[in-house]
Amino acid sequence: MDYFVNVTITGLTQGIIYSAFALALVLIWRSTRIVNFAQGSMAAATTFIALALIQAGQSYWVALVVALVSGFVLGALVERVIIRPVEGGPELNAVIVTLGLFVAIQALIAIIFGSSFQSFPTPFGVRGFQVGGSTIPLTPTSLYVIGSVLITMALLVALFRFTRVGLAMRASAFSQEVARLLGVKVGGMLTLGWGLAAVVGSLSGLLIAGGGFVYPAYMDSLIVFGFVAAIIGGLDSPVGAIVGGLILGLALSYVNGYVERGSALVSVAALVILIVVLLVRPGGLFSSTTARRA
Amino acid sequence: MSDLQSPTSAAAGKATDDAPTTSTAGANAPSAPTGTGRSFLPQSTLPRHLVVLVLSAVLAVVLLEVSSPYQNSQIATLSYYAIAAGGLTVLTGMNGQISLGHGALMAAGAYTTALFLDADEPLPLPVILLAAIVVATVVGALVGVAAARLHGPYLAGATLALAVGLPGLAIYFHDIFGGEQGMRVRAPQAPDAFESFVQTVSGNNASSTKWLAYVGVICLLITYFFLANLVRSRIGRTWRAVRDQEVAAELAGINLGAWRVLAFVVSAAAAGLAGGVLAIVVRLAAPSGFTLVLSLALLTAIVIGGLGSLLGALLGSALLVFLPPFVTNLGSDFGLNGTEAAQLAPFVYGVVLIVAMIFAPAGFVGTIRLRRMTAKARRGSAAQAKAAGANGG
Amino acid sequence: MAETHGSTAMSATGTTGGTATTTRLLEVEGLSSAYGPVRALDGVSLSAEAGRITAVLGANGAGKTTLLRTISGLVRPVAGRVVLDGEDITKASVESMVGRGMAHVPEGRGVIAELTVDENLRVGALFRGKVGKDEFDRVYDLFPRIAERRNNAAHTLSGGERQMLVIGRALLAKPRVLLLDEPSLGLAPRIVAQIFGLLRQLVDAEGLSVLLVEQNARSALSVADVGVVLNLGRVVVTDSASTLMGDEDLRHAYLGF
Ligand SMILES: Nc1ncnc2c1ncn2[C@@H]1O[C@H](COP(=O)(O)OP(=O)(O)O)[C@@H](O)[C@H]1O
Ligand SMILES: [Mg+2]
Repeated sequence: MDYFVNVTITGLTQGIIYSAFALALVLIWRSTRIVNFAQGSMAAATTFIALALIQAGQSYWVALVVALVSGFVLGALVERVIIRPVEGGPELNAVIVTLGLFVAIQALIAIIFGSSFQSFPTPFGVRGFQVGGSTIPLTPTSLYVIGSVLITMALLVALFRFTRVGLAMRASAFSQEVARLLGVKVGGMLTLGWGLAAVVGSLSGLLIAGGGFVYPAYMDSLIVFGFVAAIIGGLDSPVGAIVGGLILGLALSYVNGYVERGSALVSVAALVILIVVLLVRPGGLFSSTTARRA
Repeated sequence: MSDLQSPTSAAAGKATDDAPTTSTAGANAPSAPTGTGRSFLPQSTLPRHLVVLVLSAVLAVVLLEVSSPYQNSQIATLSYYAIAAGGLTVLTGMNGQISLGHGALMAAGAYTTALFLDADEPLPLPVILLAAIVVATVVGALVGVAAARLHGPYLAGATLALAVGLPGLAIYFHDIFGGEQGMRVRAPQAPDAFESFVQTVSGNNASSTKWLAYVGVICLLITYFFLANLVRSRIGRTWRAVRDQEVAAELAGINLGAWRVLAFVVSAAAAGLAGGVLAIVVRLAAPSGFTLVLSLALLTAIVIGGLGSLLGALLGSALLVFLPPFVTNLGSDFGLNGTEAAQLAPFVYGVVLIVAMIFAPAGFVGTIRLRRMTAKARRGSAAQAKAAGANGG
Repeated sequence: MAETHGSTAMSATGTTGGTATTTRLLEVEGLSSAYGPVRALDGVSLSAEAGRITAVLGANGAGKTTLLRTISGLVRPVAGRVVLDGEDITKASVESMVGRGMAHVPEGRGVIAELTVDENLRVGALFRGKVGKDEFDRVYDLFPRIAERRNNAAHTLSGGERQMLVIGRALLAKPRVLLLDEPSLGLAPRIVAQIFGLLRQLVDAEGLSVLLVEQNARSALSVADVGVVLNLGRVVVTDSASTLMGDEDLRHAYLGF
């Protein structure tokens, strides 16, 4: 029973990071109908920027802010320069462009920062709290992870719900042409959307790195997990992405915790979940639109 | 894709109309490599491809015999890239489906080959490679059934998950597959006939490197001969119809799903053979050999080659072989250390993918073909222009 | 009602040359547009005046939608120009059109289905910066049916309610020229009459200029001052609505009633 609780807590903590990453994918999908396969590499790039700052003696928090800001700039730049020419074109072209960006950035990270494993700090402890004499895997760091993702999500909700820019972004995402006819500068909204998504992606990159090791490809599995989480949620729904991330986090944690040498099977499990969801409910578990084709 | 290659879609539409007659098949197939109808080649498809096959074989022997052992091994590498890229270009170019999972399918072929060669009395090499094809085909059929219902980013994401997930199985079953370290592959012995063949042709030393290069090239030629004929057959035409005119094809009673699965199966078979060749050439089957970067490199090859063209896939694969040493040297000259310089190749792949999609989505061969076609159309009368459209390339 | 307006319009609208009154808000001169090799508009000229409803009529595929889309910049013309209140806006961006006083309600209405009714209206007012609550209330007063549903998602609205929503949304932009693309499509005749009647009131009261694209020529001519008939991308005839109504040959040939 205790073990079960522990595995569950671990799953939820990991899952909420998948949620954040999936949310970033969904934000971009909603506005441009593009899955940004480069998002993992982009997040890794900003994490390495943060690491460079920390190694140069800056505090974690300065590094965090710089990483998030550079994430925003990177996302906006990518949309303007690389994505804009293929937007609205054949979907395969956009897929190939983001894949190209994925490899290019990852290689660039290796060239600039090296390919070796480097440890990434966390501002809080990684020792579990004591509950009734036993240690649970809920650590100050995991509280920090959960807290920062929740705060980010709250800020996003506030932005989209209560601000004029948020309304303009939603209008642009749902109906570009109508929004333009109503005077909304849709191009700017798309750039902003990519920038914000990259901030959220960068955050999840930093959170997954915290207290562990980073190397240029350390986000490869997260892009898969984030994609699977987003698909579970239907790719169109921010709430779905969050729930999808938590479900996936739990599922993978149970595989890891209850199957012998399960850690090798985590990616395989994600693959199986993805296939099942795509075949059984291509629109995701939470979609209200029934006739969406995968 | 379809609007990048509008001449092909027009031709494919025509092709579906007169599908039952085989005589027009060659003229209607737009994307096969030798389709310019040069006068010295036979007009109908099979004999023409046979002539090309024989010529290519002769050329290959000459190439293999005049080149150094190092170049021999590069040719061996080229052949497994090209086999896999050929299969992938059939899938992506002809059928409009993308796959990032071909690295994983190659792994299936490579591990199969490694296991069979590990036996005390290994089966003959052709049988082993056939087994590699069969295993990859089975995996490919499973993937294909799932993939047939997906498109674009969904398919890319699903096959990405395959590429990341499947190596996990090799680690999980490490007693069989050797875990992270992978399996050493015993090099197959060259038959005596090979030695006497090389002796007669060039008097060179029939090294094992040379033998492996020959194996690779033979597999490559057979694969491309098979694929080129397939592309020009009714099957190929139906694939293009499925790609270009999904709705029309469905209305015409074509079972889209079945055709997509078939395309996946064919390209998986090629990937399996490529994996088998890779295993014997590299002498190792390990998870690190089948990373996402491999799948993306294959994608780069076919994008450069202009999705759907076998000749393009071959040229693109050549780039995968000859570019890395080139840029790595360049990087070293500019003061990068070894591991950093090694990353220049994937960097270039990525940049090439982006630039190609933004500026020349029809790819290298496709762009030239389009140029030639528009020039022809401009020169000729309306009737001639129409003929050029129907000939397609 | 149509007759009265028709006769006043006839005197004011010399189609070519004529009296250069400053009331010509929108002028389209020799406009041609193409989709690849398909030419959808071929040298279309017309003008829309303040306080008038100009109906653009024609069969399916005549180029009516293309005309409106070219005017508002969604389609770039291959020849010709669009002049709004003396200013050449042929090359102006789509986004700038509402700011210049031209609102376009596209074919299929352009409700943003995922947003609520209220949010749809707010998007329409975004470009103006702060807009007082009283202006929203005016729209709701005009269309009480959508006022009741202001917090519902727009995809739950009926066809008529959607039309009211998009017209209300366009009005929030305080346009001088309003482009409407087939507002009557799919609506019950009673609703069409109601919406057209309201349109007439607005035009008369506020001096708005409306370019009303319709396949439903009878209803459109009953409310319009001037009619322009398009066929295969060209203007076939421009005349007062009442004259067009009376011309039986023309009606049979192009207007289908
Ligand atoms: N997006 C498009 N691409 C190609 N042709 C189009 C497109 N939109 C309209 N057309 C063609 O342009 C012509 C005019 O269409 P349209 O302006 O929609 O006419 P209407 O609104 O009067 O029905 C038609 O022949 C139509 O087929
Ligand atoms: Mg229309």
